Amino acid sequence: MTDSKYFTTNKKGEIFELKAELNNEKKEKRKEAVKKVIAAMTVGKDVSSLFPDVVNCMQTDNLELKKLVYLYLMNYAKNQPDMAIMAVNSFVKDCEDPNPLIRALAVRTMGCIRVDKITEYLCEPLRKCLKDEDPYVRKTAAVCVAKLHDINAQMVEDQGFLDSLRDLIADSNPMVVANAVAALSEISESHPNSNLLDLNPQNINKLLTALNECTEWGQIFILDCLSNYNPKDEREAQSICERVTPRLSHANSAVVLSAVKVLMKFLELLPKDSDYYNTLLKKLSPPLVTLLSGEPEVQYVALRNINLIVQKRPEILKQEIKVFFVKYNDPIYVKLEKLDIMIRLASQANIAQVLAELKEYATEVDVDFVRKAVRAIGRCAIKVEQSAERCVSTLLDLIQTKVNYVVQEAIVVIRDIFRKYPNKYESIIATLCENLDSLDEPDARAAMIWIVGEYAERIDNADELLESFLEGFHDESTQVQLTLLTAIVKLFLKKPSETQELVQQVLSLATQDSDNPDLRDRGYIYWRLLSTDPVTAKEVVLSEKPLISEETDLIEPTLLDELICHIGSLASVYHKPPNAFVEGSHGIHRKHLPVQHSSIDTGESPVSSGPAANIEQTHVIPSQGDLLGDLLNLDLGPRSTCPRCPPCRWGLWTLTVLIACNSVLLLQVWLPAVKAKGLEISGTFTRRQGQMYMDMTFTNKALQHMTDFAVQFNKNSFGVIPTSPLPVHTPLMPNQNIELSLPLNTIGPVMKMDPLNNLQVAVKNNIDVFYFSVLIPLNIFFVEDGKMERQVFLATWKDIPNENELQYQIKECHLNAENHKKVKISV
Amino acid sequence: MIGGLFIYNHKGEVLISRVYRDDIGYVAQRSFMVTSCIKPATLFNVNLFVCRRNAVDAFRVNVIHARQQVRSPVTNIARTSFFHVKRSNIWLAAVTKQNVNAAMVFEFLYKMCDVMTAYFGKISEENIKNNFVLIYELLDEILDFGYPQNSETGALKTFITQQGIKGQTKEEQSQITSQVTGQIGWRREGIKYRRNELFLDVLESVNLLMSPQGQVLSAHVSGRVVMKSYLSGMPECKFGMNDKIVIDKQGKGGDLYAFCCSGKQSIAIDDCTFHQCVRLSKFDSERSISFIPPDGEYELMRYRTTKDIILPFRVIPLVREVGRTKLEVKVVIKSNFKPSLLAQKIEVRIPTPLNTSGVQVICMKGKAKYKASENAIVWKIKRMAGMKESQISAEIELLPTNDKKKWARPPISMNFEVPFAPSGLKVRYLKVFESKLNYSDHDVIKWVRYIGRSGIYETRC
Repeated sequence: MTDSKYFTTNKKGEIFELKAELNNEKKEKRKEAVKKVIAAMTVGKDVSSLFPDVVNCMQTDNLELKKLVYLYLMNYAKNQPDMAIMAVNSFVKDCEDPNPLIRALAVRTMGCIRVDKITEYLCEPLRKCLKDEDPYVRKTAAVCVAKLHDINAQMVEDQGFLDSLRDLIADSNPMVVANAVAALSEISESHPNSNLLDLNPQNINKLLTALNECTEWGQIFILDCLSNYNPKDEREAQSICERVTPRLSHANSAVVLSAVKVLMKFLELLPKDSDYYNTLLKKLSPPLVTLLSGEPEVQYVALRNINLIVQKRPEILKQEIKVFFVKYNDPIYVKLEKLDIMIRLASQANIAQVLAELKEYATEVDVDFVRKAVRAIGRCAIKVEQSAERCVSTLLDLIQTKVNYVVQEAIVVIRDIFRKYPNKYESIIATLCENLDSLDEPDARAAMIWIVGEYAERIDNADELLESFLEGFHDESTQVQLTLLTAIVKLFLKKPSETQELVQQVLSLATQDSDNPDLRDRGYIYWRLLSTDPVTAKEVVLSEKPLISEETDLIEPTLLDELICHIGSLASVYHKPPNAFVEGSHGIHRKHLPVQHSSIDTGESPVSSGPAANIEQTHVIPSQGDLLGDLLNLDLGPRSTCPRCPPCRWGLWTLTVLIACNSVLLLQVWLPAVKAKGLEISGTFTRRQGQMYMDMTFTNKALQHMTDFAVQFNKNSFGVIPTSPLPVHTPLMPNQNIELSLPLNTIGPVMKMDPLNNLQVAVKNNIDVFYFSVLIPLNIFFVEDGKMERQVFLATWKDIPNENELQYQIKECHLNAENHKKVKISV
Repeated sequence: MIGGLFIYNHKGEVLISRVYRDDIGYVAQRSFMVTSCIKPATLFNVNLFVCRRNAVDAFRVNVIHARQQVRSPVTNIARTSFFHVKRSNIWLAAVTKQNVNAAMVFEFLYKMCDVMTAYFGKISEENIKNNFVLIYELLDEILDFGYPQNSETGALKTFITQQGIKGQTKEEQSQITSQVTGQIGWRREGIKYRRNELFLDVLESVNLLMSPQGQVLSAHVSGRVVMKSYLSGMPECKFGMNDKIVIDKQGKGGDLYAFCCSGKQSIAIDDCTFHQCVRLSKFDSERSISFIPPDGEYELMRYRTTKDIILPFRVIPLVREVGRTKLEVKVVIKSNFKPSLLAQKIEVRIPTPLNTSGVQVICMKGKAKYKASENAIVWKIKRMAGMKESQISAEIELLPTNDKKKWARPPISMNFEVPFAPSGLKVRYLKVFESKLNYSDHDVIKWVRYIGRSGIYETRC
């Protein structure tokens, strides 16, 4: 006899028939009927109307039937709370049953019935079950507290269940301990500040003892809980590590990963030069490799975590690159992750092997994978200089295959290689140009155009090539349009005689026929630049480009540290902090890596990291000899007093931003993203039309959006304060930046700083408060018209007490019209 | 923790649905409404039940029925995470809205498959429908509020029987509960056999990736020691093998065996993992493997080696393109082990291009056939002794195509089975102690078998 027949029932009058059967006198018939009801429930039919009839079947000594009825109750009790009360009595009775299995079943099921009225009746039986003599009942009751907390948190606290749960941590049975830990961990997630788990050395010891004895799942709960503990010193950290290390040989990959999490966290506390630190690092690598021989899904989880571990501590797996070589029948998600890690581990020592592998991958079937492999070859060239030549020739081979997407991807990476090694591989340009027609993706087209523009002087028919792109100018994507505009301007500056017509054409296309403000602005800037001063134009447009970084897709360090605390969990799979995908109270509490040599746990409170960052913050002075600054003759240095018309300066400033594309050279980075959870602030001070401004660019390098910005200055020597709040009104999305200028005046409270022009700034957003300090260049305090009436000047001079006067002989200084200026500094 | 667990057939119909937490479903509903149409009748019925069904449906629409190949075993749909594994035609999906331990969820799903297989055999739609009451009962027991509980079949079978547990005495009941929650949750007490017997299988799969020039790109052995134990009482076992670390340590102490097999005979194990019955702290400190085994069959340990692997076969490919419409392929295989041993079930798979129109094969030994549906020439040899050589040559006719894409040339793969362990692992002893019952280590009949199989054994051509 099989159960599958229950799935096939005749449609007509089904519910009615079931009702009759449920009230049948024969026990067997009733059992059959309940099975049919459960089958109907599973496939999604609404059988809630049978509630009273099913509940009637509850009074039975047949455990199987009882379990089925309970299953039905769990599903429908919420819809019929009044009816559910009918079941309470038999639950309470079952909680007193001599059979521990039935006691546990009753308390387990009662917790699953999420009806407020029932929970009141649950308290007494639960209290008894928490102190039951049978461990099976106790471990079930422990989980039941978590269930009850989910329904009615207040009741759990009022009834003192949390204390009972804490008592269970000292239980003699390891499984009771494990479930109590699991329940407490979950409850404490919604109370981030209460010290519910009360992790003290004594409790930790109990947990470590239970660790050796409980089931694999229990070990996971305990290890996950241990990872939240902050050992008070390195000795304690080491002794915990020693007792956790054996778990690395467990067959269950989740136990292994959770143990890795504990070890990775506590490694932070161990002195780097100790023997133990190094042996521990060595012990971490084999289990991580072993995870890759598991089932593909676990491999995927492991690889996502290894990706984090490789970024945090590359030394662990640097010898193991071979295990990340892709197998032909790996699932695609495993292949892509392995490739990612291969690029990260590539070094001069293994580059030959890696390159041979990547070449194989580039001939595979899956388009995404092939593209990534081609991209990886380019990354290798940029990362390991010695391999660049081989990489380029490999890429050329790939271009010869003429497979469309391979060619396009290859051209994009070759552009990056040109950026990294200028004037080295131009010989291949001819081959690239052959493939011009087959490029249909914006990335590839833009890359090709960039190459043609950059090396216009060596390509005989550069003008023809670029002209061919110009035909469908308005159908191109913005990225291609912008690159094309710049490329043609470059071409014109290099070969002015033949290309005048072309440049005029593109400028008019960009400025007159386009709706895109970026494109129009850039067009106008070039136009004016070219028409006013071609020499400067040449210096600006053909200036040296900043270096490109060797590593890509690196996770921002603060996020990485947070993710290391979440090894094994979903956060580490998504590479996102939990609050990015978890709703409600769970997971909002952010985790931090422990900090070495600190008596108080600075790791736990995010605010305390603020002042630390403040101390480390280097005092930066805007540099005077900046390449582009000089080039554009901008007044950056404090001595220069040349008044310039502000709009002009603003325009040029925009220009440099546009040309330098990904780096704003004029601005100093005041607050690096590393120190401010992904917020980068760069800025400078200027004076325009008699008003001081702090020009800043906020860049969001984190993965979440930022809102609620505010700024505040500490008391300073000049009483500088902002005159208006920060003009940021919209949330700052990830990877976006915003330019703003904050008007300042000097009417605030005064306090002498050292150095004198030091200014301490606090910026706040929805994430945290960040502190940094900057030096205000003195020249922004100077008024444009430095003139003073003779009398006034003398009077002012006299007002300054003698001890404030310093004599200094200026040699060989030709004074002409420049006025002596003096700033009165109140000290 | 896990919010719910669903089992689907290949059409995406729900066979089993068990919801542990209310949070799943509410949001999945939104994504579902967009992607699929809901009957108006159910729209009014916005109760919990409907919400749950929508978590179910969201997974069907977005994963099972997705046009594209599955790009990840974890899918996030409207802030709800779906973990899935597939067994033949059946999808198992765990659903959650929290930041759960992802590795644990997958391990649990595997375990769930093991438990189901142990109860009713192959996981198929029919078997699941036939046993749905049992599955619900199991799910109730092994997953409580989304927390995995004891899921060892040995323990579960003592009280989840489908026959009810009416007849048990009080002692039996407390024995069950103490076993389920106890330290040795994988074995029940009071097992008796007339004949105490155990079987040890050392099963290895040897993996190889070789370049066309015969250079080993990567090679490793992943091995398993599977034990079938039919022992009475609660026996304490100790397992020993020719682990280099142990041998080197004992060699100094004057152990005779260690002395005999020191040097080449021992193997360096990169890493190993153990069944939860093994005392890990003891292994960590003394490197000795001691345990109380579960009853019946289970996997004692897994290990991995990369050094001094005996590669049982060497494949030498030669592919020559003759013009645009013809390929000449010659493949030589050499067996590389003792001549007295026999390899079995040898199969060499030589991939052919998609535009193959005809193939002529000549082989000296075994049978070779071109299988158009698999795009490969399959060459099978029943048996082959060690230190032998065999060869196949084939001419492949190609249809002219204007496909620009070059043929990817997948590697030549090979399957075989050999009666030794390619890693060189040897079982030294398995001692059984049971102090309470009157049998000793000598009375136990022990069987040891070594099987080396090909894992992914590929040579690029």
